[in-house]
Amino acid sequence: MQDLTDLYQSVILDHNRRPRNRGKLPTANRVAHGDNPSCGDQCTVYLRLDGDRIGEISFEGSGCAISQASASLMTLNLKGKTVPEAEALYADVHRLVTTGKVDEDNLSDLAALAGVHQFPARIKCATLGWHAALNAAKGDPITATTETHKD
Amino acid sequence: MTLDLTKTRADFPILHQQVNGQPLVYLDNGATSQKPRQVIDALVRYYEHDNSNVHRGLHALSMRATDAYEGARARVAKFINAADPAEVLFTRGTTESINLVARSWGHAHLKPGDVVLTTEFEHHSNLVPWQQAAKAAGATLKYVPLLGADGEGGLDMAALDRLLTPQVKLFAFTHISNTLGTINPVAELCRRARAVGAVTVIDAAQSIGHGPLDVQAIGCDFLAFSGHKMCGPTGIGVLYGRRALLDKLAPDETGGGMVVSVTYEGATWKPAPERFEAGTPNVAGAIGLGAACDYLDSVGRERIAAHDDALVRIAMEKLSALPGIRIIGPRKGAERSGLVSFAFENVHAHDIVTFADEDGVALRGGHHCNQPLMRKLGLTSTTRASFYLYNTEHEIDRLVTSLRRIQNFFAG
Repeated sequence: MQDLTDLYQSVILDHNRRPRNRGKLPTANRVAHGDNPSCGDQCTVYLRLDGDRIGEISFEGSGCAISQASASLMTLNLKGKTVPEAEALYADVHRLVTTGKVDEDNLSDLAALAGVHQFPARIKCATLGWHAALNAAKGDPITATTETHKD
Repeated sequence: MTLDLTKTRADFPILHQQVNGQPLVYLDNGATSQKPRQVIDALVRYYEHDNSNVHRGLHALSMRATDAYEGARARVAKFINAADPAEVLFTRGTTESINLVARSWGHAHLKPGDVVLTTEFEHHSNLVPWQQAAKAAGATLKYVPLLGADGEGGLDMAALDRLLTPQVKLFAFTHISNTLGTINPVAELCRRARAVGAVTVIDAAQSIGHGPLDVQAIGCDFLAFSGHKMCGPTGIGVLYGRRALLDKLAPDETGGGMVVSVTYEGATWKPAPERFEAGTPNVAGAIGLGAACDYLDSVGRERIAAHDDALVRIAMEKLSALPGIRIIGPRKGAERSGLVSFAFENVHAHDIVTFADEDGVALRGGHHCNQPLMRKLGLTSTTRASFYLYNTEHEIDRLVTSLRRIQNFFAG
């Protein structure tokens, strides 16, 4: 049960119950979709890029508490960042959810995702929205997927 | 007529373990069943005493292995009441069996303008191969609708009659839905298909080993199933095909073991079943499958069916009492096979499965390889509890207790 309360921290439950920045973004100039083919989770991320900077960000989708909370936390953390800053932050988040190590001060509330590393099957739930957001930011038109093979 | 549960559970070594500090409650039988000691022993015995290639050697081991392999074919034929063991083709499983029909039969018989008919609630393995076959031939794939907002009404039989036109060359349908638990009236579906001259293909993955199954009484042309869902090993399955159809069917795969004569210019094929079993087959798997047939018949398939039925009625009653639960498929326990698929409004299936696992309860959560059906029902995923001969009423109580804890946690 200790592991599960690590995974489902109050920050995660709160963001799952009341996702922030959920819905379409009317002013978006970039959009990307992510699929998790093995479990059916979906996430669409809308961005308004002002030059190199993420001016606005929102998401839509369905999935488990981890995927929804991670996407919600992501929108709060990526708003205002430049694309390279967003990529650097995702590298930290990826290390966090795969190793559980919080060695960056700038992770703040994202540290709630640390418990994910104890559940390897759930890592892709936590990263789906991030993949979609980075694809959108880089103008990559392909659908993000957490699996290598997709029809 | 009831099962001796203590004796049955003692046959399955895997059940006697703790998961996360709790006695394992295995309710993921729709995905794969556990294996009794009798099947495990048959595999060990084969590898320790008889292992050899089949149909090729003249030495003692090869002859023993060949006898055991062909004995398993005859055993499976008896298990499904096929008229002839040659109508039983060994494959890797249901998916390969259906693909074999879709490619071999589809390639030979489907033309532009033809219709392939299936249903709205097929597993991807009985859907995607037909999409591919129809595309390749320029034929059209049509779906018999599912009735009810929760899929509780089963197949729309009136729509079926409208859809079953002489253009329909093949009708593929599941015996039991892996997601809804719906039991299709397979003999009636075959009768109606035959009336328009359509070939029938049945996906029996969820029904095999859960009750008596008689391909001649059903009247199907092809029937596919996997060994691992009926207490047998993984990697072995069966395609049953009526002899008259198999004799006219070209092989899908070619190579050793399936040819009569090969020259630099070409080759001629053996008759069924060898024609469809190129290469060294899964000998151990077939023998394990034969042992699974023996095991299930020693328990009694009517008894297993009655046990599944009793469990699902109890599960339906107890799960229906949970607040905010949405159960899909037939409403009455009597109309469904031994599985229940459900969704909670505020808790995603993957969160449910993770929490239940913490309580030692193994469930399946997701789209169940049934994405179009999920979309039709307005769902992205469900949680499924599926039962088999070793499950108990106490285990259903463990499931319900776990689900209540999950609801409380997320209601927080």
